[in-house]
Amino acid sequence: MVVKTLTGNYAVAYAVKLARVNVVSAYPITPQTTIVEKLSEMIEKGELNARMIRVESEHSALAAVYGAASAGARAFTATSSHGLLYMHEVVWWAAGSRIPLVMAVVTRAIGPPWNIHVDHQDILDQRDSGWIIAVAQENQEVLDLTLQAFKISEDPRVYLPMMVGLDGFILSHTTAPVDIPDQELVDSWLPPRRQPYIIAPESEVVMGNIAPDEDHFMMRYSMAASMEAAKKVIEEVDREYGEIFGRSYGGLVECYKCEDAEYFVVIMGSWAGDAKKAVDTLREQNVPVGVVRIRFVRPWPREKLLEILSGAKGVLVFDRAVSMGSTGILFSEVAQTLYPLNISLKGLVAGLAGVDVGPSRIEAEILKFIKQTEEGAIYTPTEWILPEKYAGRYPSSPKEVIAK
Amino acid sequence: MTVNIKRIPKKKFLMPGNAACPGCPETMGMRYLKMALGDNFVMVIPAGCSSVIQGIAPRSGIYAPILNIVFAAGASAAAGMKAGFESIGRKDVEVVVWAGDGGTGDIGFQALSGAAERDDDILYICVDNEAYMNTGIQRSSLTPYGAWTTTTWTGKREHKKNIPLIMIAHGVKYVATASVGYPTDFIAKVKKASQIRGFKYIHLLAPCPVGWRFDPALTGEIGQLAVKTGLFPLYEYENGKFQLSPLARRYKDPSKRVPVIEYLKLQGRYKHLINKPEEIKKIEEYIESIWYMIDVLEKAFNPKEEARKLLGSL
Repeated sequence: MVVKTLTGNYAVAYAVKLARVNVVSAYPITPQTTIVEKLSEMIEKGELNARMIRVESEHSALAAVYGAASAGARAFTATSSHGLLYMHEVVWWAAGSRIPLVMAVVTRAIGPPWNIHVDHQDILDQRDSGWIIAVAQENQEVLDLTLQAFKISEDPRVYLPMMVGLDGFILSHTTAPVDIPDQELVDSWLPPRRQPYIIAPESEVVMGNIAPDEDHFMMRYSMAASMEAAKKVIEEVDREYGEIFGRSYGGLVECYKCEDAEYFVVIMGSWAGDAKKAVDTLREQNVPVGVVRIRFVRPWPREKLLEILSGAKGVLVFDRAVSMGSTGILFSEVAQTLYPLNISLKGLVAGLAGVDVGPSRIEAEILKFIKQTEEGAIYTPTEWILPEKYAGRYPSSPKEVIAK
Repeated sequence: MTVNIKRIPKKKFLMPGNAACPGCPETMGMRYLKMALGDNFVMVIPAGCSSVIQGIAPRSGIYAPILNIVFAAGASAAAGMKAGFESIGRKDVEVVVWAGDGGTGDIGFQALSGAAERDDDILYICVDNEAYMNTGIQRSSLTPYGAWTTTTWTGKREHKKNIPLIMIAHGVKYVATASVGYPTDFIAKVKKASQIRGFKYIHLLAPCPVGWRFDPALTGEIGQLAVKTGLFPLYEYENGKFQLSPLARRYKDPSKRVPVIEYLKLQGRYKHLINKPEEIKKIEEYIESIWYMIDVLEKAFNPKEEARKLLGSL
């Protein structure tokens, strides 16, 4: 084990190297680019024995690693924002083919206007595609999740591709000490590549020609079943990783100071760190609040959330992505999970386009929510935390704009 | 390269249950492909007629391993497959893209250009039936001037995009044109391409009875007429050297060519312009421009003194 100071992007590259990936393909996009720069360097220096395909677009990047994976290779790509949107068609095709693959997504806002800062609009846009989707909080977890992604994706109970999200700049370009596991230990833990089929001269497999509607339907059914199975696999992998490498994160969700909590913040990504800090401060004032950090958006940790939240007085959801015309994306997931329970529930849309929301603001929102709930359970699907520059000039609910 | 018909493998490549239309040029081409390559290859097929011709899963009417892929990703998926095979020590597997003119010259062009520029070791075959036939005969950039399609009711106003020429401009290892009307020529070109490492492109003209509006018995004949009228010259470009294919050389001489009207009148897609001499003249002028370009290519990509002189004067 070596501790190195790494950016989130380099943490991804080291994990890819440890996984002994055979083929890498990517196209430059900020803030993803340093992942493939590092991988190119590793490959050219002979530290990683892999083929690098420097494609002309993200659509081709994912198609290329998908082609490589279909031939039996372990393959990896990485992208961000518009690159991910440009890939979207192949994202679906890869999942429907049940071909294990790993992709890092450095989360970034979608234009217009051009913006390279973090939000979760890009990665959550892929949520219906059939990929396993995880989002990290910090750089160590980025490395661990990326490594685990190969094991999860290539597990015969899963056989679905997996994307690992890391927040643009906040993780991708910020350094932190990262434990890099020993190669030998990784080799003994990560089995050789497994996949449902290989397209090769001797295999006589044809993938993707027209199937009867009923069979197409059942393929979707089988993906849904594998998503359910993946929940168990993710927990297993998290546990055994902890035993071998000394780090476990709680599997599908991480609970922070949840034990005796009555109120919960549900949040995902790097700003969960801010939420934890806010909770630390509030705990000092005896406010019974904890953080539920969503690590996996797909499969959605329904059972786990019900287990944690069913006794809650109130749940406050922070969303860094919004479904236009509806609510924050995590909010709608949480709301459908908690539907039968009478729990005070509020959704906050904030931090879009990298607009900063610090611990003190989160703290204030928690206190406000508790106060509202104590006057009687509320159901507020969407409120926006406006940037300081605009706060006070616009109502916090877009609904009220029309009323004016 | 000569092809001895007696030595061509007899193994069936197209099975009962494939969903091709009567007189389909793509199934003809696929048969020849298998005859040329034998067994050690995989096909990558982006959206198009060949996606459907395979028939209904879990069966397939084509005897080959196939990766079907989204429309724009034929070349990129194939490039990845080849790299995948190489990375796990299977350098001998040939990866063949079998794409239509839309998947090649329109939506798939960016990926094609990328793979060509990287000199990825794949064989890309464009099966050019000159329109989006699978979706019901819509014009593509490879639809020729004057042709009726369901999106050009009075005939296309633009000439055909010259993809083989664009591939030559990429400086790839091998570019050839072929027609399903001349099977042995196509087989020989595929065989030659498969022996070259790097990016290979073959443009196969595939007259479509449904889209071109002709008797399905005439596919081969129309494929030959395209060559004999001079509309579709057969040639090879190999490592910086350009040459007309032997059976097309005589059509360099305009007097040896079959009048283009003989080709046009067999096809319903040209019905509206058969009696318009000014339209026929435009197509004849196009043929002249094609052969002018052939002349330039012969001079430019000629290892001899003449080319050096020509390039020196530019």
